[in-house]
Amino acid sequence: MKKLINAPDDVVTEALHGMAAAHPDLLTVHFDPTYVIRADGVPDGKVALLSGGGSGHEPMHNGFVGQGMLDGACPGEVFTSPTPDQMQAATEALDAGAGVLHIVKNYTGDVMNFEMAAELAEASEVEVQSVVVNDDVAVEDSTYTAGRRGVGGTVLIEKICGAAADRGHTLDEVADLARRCNAEVRSMGMALTSCTVPTAGEPTFDLGEDEMEIGIGIHGEPGRQRMAVEPADQVVERLMEPILSDLPFKDGDDVLLFVNSMGGTPLIEVYLAYRKAQEIAEQHGLRVVRNLVGPYITSLEMAGLSITMLRMDDDLVDLWDAPVHTPALRWGV
Amino acid sequence: MPVTAADLRAWIRAFAAQVAEERAYLTKLDSAIGDGDHGQNLNRGLSHAAEGLDNGNDDLPATMKSVAMAMISKTGGASGPLYGTFFMDAGKAVGERPSLDVAGVAELFRAGLSGVQRRGKAEPGDKTMVDALLPAVEALETAAENGEALPTALRNAKAAAEEGMKATTPLQARKGRASYLGERSKGHQDPGATSSYYLVAAAADTFGSSA
Repeated sequence: MKKLINAPDDVVTEALHGMAAAHPDLLTVHFDPTYVIRADGVPDGKVALLSGGGSGHEPMHNGFVGQGMLDGACPGEVFTSPTPDQMQAATEALDAGAGVLHIVKNYTGDVMNFEMAAELAEASEVEVQSVVVNDDVAVEDSTYTAGRRGVGGTVLIEKICGAAADRGHTLDEVADLARRCNAEVRSMGMALTSCTVPTAGEPTFDLGEDEMEIGIGIHGEPGRQRMAVEPADQVVERLMEPILSDLPFKDGDDVLLFVNSMGGTPLIEVYLAYRKAQEIAEQHGLRVVRNLVGPYITSLEMAGLSITMLRMDDDLVDLWDAPVHTPALRWGV
Repeated sequence: MPVTAADLRAWIRAFAAQVAEERAYLTKLDSAIGDGDHGQNLNRGLSHAAEGLDNGNDDLPATMKSVAMAMISKTGGASGPLYGTFFMDAGKAVGERPSLDVAGVAELFRAGLSGVQRRGKAEPGDKTMVDALLPAVEALETAAENGEALPTALRNAKAAAEEGMKATTPLQARKGRASYLGERSKGHQDPGATSSYYLVAAAADTFGSSA
């Protein structure tokens, strides 16, 4: 293993110290239990948004803490769900009288830990609602699995719901909006390489020099299908087809197209892929009214990308365009 | 010899030691069908649990509760809530008794198993912890009905858990991250069932060997 780290066990903590040092105007890092909250505090009466999950997906979620997006985030160990005590402490720290929305990606550990945190919060009388994001179309069989995973759609939901909370929407309204977005968003990812969890020291799975994995999640878990590497345009077609047919996206739909690097794929290749993804979307009669391109929900140093499409309406466009000021997303301020 | 709070502490220490020794193996099993963190996570939770054990005053439920809280707050992943709920519910089931006979140990494990199933919603055959724990609980309950001594009861439970663990290999996973592999999850022993076998084996090797 070759990594730019000091000790595997210190990676998460040292990275958090780095974030705190780099963005003191935007966020504050609390340790023991570990959580990140916006530096300026949650305005009185505003619904607070809390997300969390394993580390190793940077900038998600800590990099989305700030005005107009998340009010707080609970980072776990690398690819490991955070724990209920972190979530409960963050929930209590964030509550500004209007309740706290937990945005949870559909992974067994995340769901169970947030569930325990919500049980604990009941005792402390903070109003909590939870929304589980499950946008990954790679999981074909939800009946005999833990269900579709939460992937790229999470980033879009956090941004859009952050804007709604900023405008004074109630907890119920923001939770409904999150569920509505979740119903309208689909994602699919692929990997050219595996990735190495620092404490494990070796790649999570082996992928040959001439192979790729289609339908991966974001934790280095293998996908559903392994095949020979193909040119980028064909790979993009393989990702777009199940996304388009699942919702399904229809002629005349407005969409937000999000092409995401898994961490190891450089922007030049992500843009190359975006070009083809937009072309395919337009061939299907879709209007790409907004987009996001870059590494926003990553899987350590994994090479590969994911594509996410969200069906938009005027409200969602307006919320997407609203000001956001976080380490990783910033516009309108 | 009935099982006391001191025996429960010895059990947790033995479980922690076994997981520490086998953490690379657990992680290897988890890398094949999960995300490769089971050994690290469980080791982190259990080493905190073992360090946090009170050395004299805690009774049976307080001992289980301290283990549960350490597992919940230090483990992370899915195994934190699952093992945390196991010990939380096990502690509630043993109540204020000063010590446990075979039936009491069976109740402890049954309550823990029910907690795991409530939290994880897994059925037998889903390729999870349940597949090692359920046969062990059934062996303990049978032993209690037959009036077996504690060492025999726990020896049977350990053998049953081992068999259940090994039987997960051909199964297709239906819970947790392994379920995303579909058919490809077959042919690998489940890491959660493996650590659950260690949990039962540690009990057999500590309070099962005292008489």
